[in-house]
Amino acid sequence: MRFLFKTDYDQDIRLAKHSGYYWSYGALIIAVILVPFLLDSYYVGQMTQLYIVATAGVGLMLLSGYTGQVSLGHAAFFGIGAYTEAVLTGNGLSLPFMDEPIVFSFFLSFPLAGILAALAGIVIGIPALRLTGIYLAIATFAFAIVVEEIFSRWESVTNGYSGLLVEYVEIGNLTLTDGTPFYYLALGVLIACILFTLNLLRSPTGRAMMAIRDSEISAQSMGVNLAKVKTIAFALSAGITGLAGALFAHKLGFLSPESFTVFQSLELLVLVVVGGLGSIHGAIFGAMFVLALPQALAIMKDYLPVEIAETPGFEPLIFGLILVLFVIFEPHGIYGRWLKVKLYFQMFPLYKKATFKRQKSYMKSERLK
Amino acid sequence: MLEFLQLVIGGVSIGCIYALVALGFVLIYKATEVVNFAQGELMMLGAFFAYTFISIFGWNYWVGAAAAIACMFVVGNLTDRVILRPVLGQPQFAIVLVTIGFGYIARSVAGMMPGWGTETYAIETPFSSEGMALIPESMGTLVIAQTDLSVIVATILFCAVLYAFFTYTKLGVAMQASSQNQLASYYMGVPVKSVFSMIWGISAAVAAAAGILLAPTTLIDTSMGFIGLKAFPAAVLGGFGSIPGAVVGGLIIGIIETLAGFYLPPGFKNVAAYVVLLIVLVVRPQGLFGEKTGKRV
Repeated sequence: MRFLFKTDYDQDIRLAKHSGYYWSYGALIIAVILVPFLLDSYYVGQMTQLYIVATAGVGLMLLSGYTGQVSLGHAAFFGIGAYTEAVLTGNGLSLPFMDEPIVFSFFLSFPLAGILAALAGIVIGIPALRLTGIYLAIATFAFAIVVEEIFSRWESVTNGYSGLLVEYVEIGNLTLTDGTPFYYLALGVLIACILFTLNLLRSPTGRAMMAIRDSEISAQSMGVNLAKVKTIAFALSAGITGLAGALFAHKLGFLSPESFTVFQSLELLVLVVVGGLGSIHGAIFGAMFVLALPQALAIMKDYLPVEIAETPGFEPLIFGLILVLFVIFEPHGIYGRWLKVKLYFQMFPLYKKATFKRQKSYMKSERLK
Repeated sequence: MLEFLQLVIGGVSIGCIYALVALGFVLIYKATEVVNFAQGELMMLGAFFAYTFISIFGWNYWVGAAAAIACMFVVGNLTDRVILRPVLGQPQFAIVLVTIGFGYIARSVAGMMPGWGTETYAIETPFSSEGMALIPESMGTLVIAQTDLSVIVATILFCAVLYAFFTYTKLGVAMQASSQNQLASYYMGVPVKSVFSMIWGISAAVAAAAGILLAPTTLIDTSMGFIGLKAFPAAVLGGFGSIPGAVVGGLIIGIIETLAGFYLPPGFKNVAAYVVLLIVLVVRPQGLFGEKTGKRV
């Protein structure tokens, strides 16, 4: 067991709290770097998918987990990133006064996808400044539906329901967006986003975000500029999700509006909640969960009686049940469970069950009468 | 002009359905500050109950409808007791997710039930879908279908009953009290928890009525609940906590949607309601009838 004696305020915000962090995360990084050498190409593809979904999860976590703003429309930002990337690296940007469309290189189109999603985030963030709680959720929901309709109707750019092919990106002889190079690209983007988010959360802006999550009025009275911080949170969250979307476009190879519906938004939200609200670990755990669930269900079906396994509503039922059970019994998600297990071993003979007992609380009213 | 009026009549009848679903949202939100994302699924379940009683068991339409509404009252009540009570006091976020999860469960359970399944069903109703002329033939054609008329009449009836319930009965007043201040009404002897369950029951019953009324026009299937998502704009437009607001909001959304479907290019019909919603949220977040709200620390 390790005791941390804090003698300095800096120790509160240090990324690595003690030397154990270097060992455990160092080992993890070496392990993920070695993955393409050890595993089948199928698993490398799955891991790539995992990193992309986790990146999107980090984006939503920043907004929902740390700033406390619910978004039911993150698939819209994901889709904006994906379509921007596909259009810019594919047909290119054509304007009326130009003879030939400009086809962007990946290193330009990729940040642009993020920036465009971030701009969309600001657009929806500005009305969101006046909204709290449930109104915000509904506004983002409406935004996602409008964006989905734009994807399917703006045929000159997105090709509507016929779908849009996404080109591979090649640098010299190397195909960047396929196989092992793509794996490292997605991993790099994920690590960069995580480090960015962690550092942001150590900064005054990040702490202001968490203050807003805990109480808007308290934050305001401590001098936090609500409008500014919320807009920043929306823009960064949408931007990170947009970057994930850009990678996702290459992963899919073929975009159609059906990939960016409200249900994808819900899946992202489930990812964040089941993983564990308010922790970056949660985003990764959640991504693992969301990707592993369909496969686990497929395996489970082999062992179930045919009548149950073959019914069409089986997967949504499990999905819904898991969502409800997690919120009722483990509101801190998989990460919360992980913390409990860790603490159990750290405290071994002295573990107290009541450590994580939830406080009884009344519903905090959002209304003032 | 007549064409326009005809469209408005169609819009009003769709709007009444939105209004009934929005009414369910508002009832729950007003009392418990929970937004029920599964309201549409409650409507779907209600319609399926009615289908079971009327088409499978062969009961009389009115008896079957009443039985379905009663069943949904129980379902709503149980939902609150089993699923929502454990998360009471947690952040809104958690509660929204629970209702979304419940929506998923309801949809797949309906799909798995023997006799229900994922196909599309129809209920036999005493109303015909033929049009009745509203003005003398010499002035042109302006018709309203009996099914549409039934929706409008039922909406008016339900609003009147709910209004009377909240104003004149002891239980209704207790509900109003607990929606204003849970703790204070608890101290005054209102059993807040069972009042909440009761509200959920009533809301589910209203949703079931909407489902039964909608059945002749859209038929019954498991994805029927997505109409619930259209009722959000209606509820927000009226101000989320206002019962007359929900009705007016529903009517406005219904009319706008029908007009957009006729006069604007395809695609606008699906998003018109949400565009209106976004505009309303920017211009007047508290809605048409909502009160300005603040938040305590």
